[in-house]
Amino acid sequence: MTVTTIPKQSLIGQRITKRDAPEKTIGQTRYIQDMTLPGQLHAKILRSSRLHAKIISIDTAKAAALPGVHCVITAADVPEQRPIGVKKDQLPLKTDRVRSYRDEIAAVAADSPEIAAAALRLIEVVYEDLPPLTDPKLSKLPDAPRLHDAPDNVALTFAYKHGDVAEGEAESDFVIEDEFSLHFVTHCCMGVSGVIAEFEPSGNLTLYSNTQVPFLHKRDFAELLNIDPGRIRIIQPPIGGGFGSKLDIYPFEPICIYLARRTGRPVKLVFSREEEFIASPTRQPLTVTLRSGVKKDGALTFRTVRTLLDNGAYTSWGATTPFVMMQTFSSLYRVAHCDYYTEAVYTNNPYSGSFRGYGNLQATFAVEQHMDRLAELLGMDGLEFRLKNAQDRGEVTLQGLHFKSCGLKECLSVAAERSDYRQKRERHQAQQAAPGTIKRGVGMASMLHVGGGAKIYPSDGCGSILKLDDFAHVTLMTGASEIGQGSETVLAQLVCEELGIPLDAVTVINNDTDITPWDVGVHASRTTFVAGNSAIGAARKARDKILAAAAKVTNLHADQLDLRAGYIVRAEDGEALMPLAKMLRSLHFSDMAELVITSHYYEPPSKHQDKDYKGDVSAAYAWATHVVEIELDTATGIVRLDKVTAAHDVGRVINQLGIEGQIEGGIVMGQGYAITEHLMFEDGLCLNPNFRDYKLVTAPEIPEMDITFIETMDGEGPQGAKGVGEAPAICMAAAVANAIENATGVRLTSLPFTPERVYRALTEARR
Amino acid sequence: MSLLREIRFTLNGVERRLSVPITMTALAMLRDVLNMTGTKYGCGEGECGACTILVDGQTVNSCIMFAVDCDGREVKTIEGVAADEQWRPLREALVEHGGVQCGFCTPGMVVQASHVLSKNPHADHHAIKRGLEGNLCRCTGYKKIIDAVAAVAGEQEVVP
Ligand code: FES
Ligand code: FES
Repeated sequence: MTVTTIPKQSLIGQRITKRDAPEKTIGQTRYIQDMTLPGQLHAKILRSSRLHAKIISIDTAKAAALPGVHCVITAADVPEQRPIGVKKDQLPLKTDRVRSYRDEIAAVAADSPEIAAAALRLIEVVYEDLPPLTDPKLSKLPDAPRLHDAPDNVALTFAYKHGDVAEGEAESDFVIEDEFSLHFVTHCCMGVSGVIAEFEPSGNLTLYSNTQVPFLHKRDFAELLNIDPGRIRIIQPPIGGGFGSKLDIYPFEPICIYLARRTGRPVKLVFSREEEFIASPTRQPLTVTLRSGVKKDGALTFRTVRTLLDNGAYTSWGATTPFVMMQTFSSLYRVAHCDYYTEAVYTNNPYSGSFRGYGNLQATFAVEQHMDRLAELLGMDGLEFRLKNAQDRGEVTLQGLHFKSCGLKECLSVAAERSDYRQKRERHQAQQAAPGTIKRGVGMASMLHVGGGAKIYPSDGCGSILKLDDFAHVTLMTGASEIGQGSETVLAQLVCEELGIPLDAVTVINNDTDITPWDVGVHASRTTFVAGNSAIGAARKARDKILAAAAKVTNLHADQLDLRAGYIVRAEDGEALMPLAKMLRSLHFSDMAELVITSHYYEPPSKHQDKDYKGDVSAAYAWATHVVEIELDTATGIVRLDKVTAAHDVGRVINQLGIEGQIEGGIVMGQGYAITEHLMFEDGLCLNPNFRDYKLVTAPEIPEMDITFIETMDGEGPQGAKGVGEAPAICMAAAVANAIENATGVRLTSLPFTPERVYRALTEARR
Repeated sequence: MSLLREIRFTLNGVERRLSVPITMTALAMLRDVLNMTGTKYGCGEGECGACTILVDGQTVNSCIMFAVDCDGREVKTIEGVAADEQWRPLREALVEHGGVQCGFCTPGMVVQASHVLSKNPHADHHAIKRGLEGNLCRCTGYKKIIDAVAAVAGEQEVVP
């Protein structure tokens, strides 16, 4: 008899192709935009044509009379409306007042999108203008119009402190202060926002939604509709990009539900691209005033930070980004004294949501420019200065973040070395005054971001259910959503690793709240870490069960056995003892056949921060350094990104292909934030709601990318991994600013670095 | 509503005859009338390439082409390119190289890349980047898409 031996092979760190990629390359994937339910109506929303006004009257009679129109609603028609958003400061349909151009006034459900659009044009609204408020710096003035019942128009404040900055300032040899200003950009998911709502005759609601937080939204919608959450089912069709934009409920969703409720028909509401620019969330614009000090020996002494956030007309997650920003100010580097205070003030501008990086792009932009400035004052090399103040493994920062793994110093050294940072920096600096308009520069920036979930809700957990069938095929039901980032593939990989089965023996179900266990959603770079640990936990239970049963049959101990390539093998020499399928089949026909029992709920060991924002909010932290190289033409202001050398502490690489994709995509998104993207407003009106005037980076403009992964093997991470989704976008703008300074000697503190703005800034600086 | 006109054209090799409103775009005809949803709406203004199709062998943004202008022409969509064995290596390369994330830009990319490669079977990185300039992708940072197309260009047999 021949003996088959199966060597141990690991899937971890391999280049695993994305499970849903093949069908996407043939146009078979059905996104929400592609779905049609029988009897479906199409909805459109009428938005305000005034910036800030009282609504005197709305006449919908003509619209309602248009053939093909099934339902027209205004706030008056929907008395059940309840406020939505982080501060519950807006109704989906506005009642007596509009506070921005995007404000929803009425909505129509009709046989076709064209009829719905025609109906909107027949709705007559009479407004009475109110004084506008579009500059956040004016919001708190006594004569500023009051937009909500909020003293001084302040929507939210955040105050954080450790040490005593006055003391820090007293011990400083150098003190600097700058104001940084950050602009509006938006997610630009290639698939526009959309939702389909359908009520069953029983009153149960099925929502086809692109949400990133299905379980939280289920609860929110239940509250909003005043129905039992058990009557709501959220199904998430494949999504054309998320990046944080789908973390809050926005008015279009309840509006679509109200229309479905009134018509008794499924109603689909999909934005146009223009609407997507105007009425989907933005990245939080703000100003940062940063004051920093340092001693002659290069030790940071203090940071005093004041940020002013343009909250816009209502409050969504963007207003809470200070929560993340303060971590960068307090803990990216060791600093003994830190005082952070921020206000988010109402204006008539658009309101911001969460967006990949969650305030950290803005904070890093300020902090990392100050690191360069301070180094220069000290006559120290920027790398050396950063290394001197960098955090280390084991450290607990004064904010309470505990860095159980930390590769910041490696990230700094590796990125600097691979890019030849020091020499290039000196060379470019020497060339600043040389003749010619083409200048080169190199700039560095590092970042710290949560990488092990973030405990901001009562739980930060995720559930998993494994179903093992009698042919050794496994179904993983997970609460974690796939939004294009590749979580489905990573989770399958982790399960296969435990059970020794091929990748195609796993099905992942992750998009139906009636089936999948609870999870708090796709945000905070948490999915691989939290859902990954959860899936591993479930798979290990299954593994134990299988091996215990196999031990009985083989007369070996469970720990002498292993699962490899679909077989139960002897661990020692890999001898195949029995096909896994056979074992599972016999379990199905025994009284031990509980093969759907392996549910597992994983709660990461992190803490809620106290009211002073202190505490270890994440179970692990991700680190990175980017060095960027640019070419700048002083005659045109055009900044070209030549190369990015990135080093990321990701704990451990699980899927090499997927993680490279996340980093490359994030780098280019960060490039857009720094150099090309600018959502422009004049008196609250969006000037460029289209891809012609809002410039995304295109294929010819991408830099050469050199990416190194620093594997610090986090003790809590799944197979040692940490979260990475947001990290790569964070350093880019700061690094580009530092590179511009290296190229020209001029420090630009206001984003974006579009040609016109760079040209103007350089010209002004020369005067 | 608006005036209808009858048109005849070949769609992915099949003769089609249908009546379309004169104001309708080719994209709307494909998606809403023919229920071929592989071609995507990304902007409706000819700026993103998600709606790319081939008309008489040239790539066109179907969102800014009138459906009536398909009359008498040969139209090929992602569904047609997907059925074409010639482009199997391209589709597989996109998967292998990780050129697909959310996938919303992918059909347009595949159609455009097939066009770039049929014009220039040995396109280098530079030519590929130029060729894909009109197709926006928010997820991947383009690199893996470019690498995938370059791998196919490199693999194609050099015909002397
Ligand atoms: S949808 Fe046609 S180019 Fe964007
Ligand atoms: S893969 Fe998402 S837009 Fe390209």
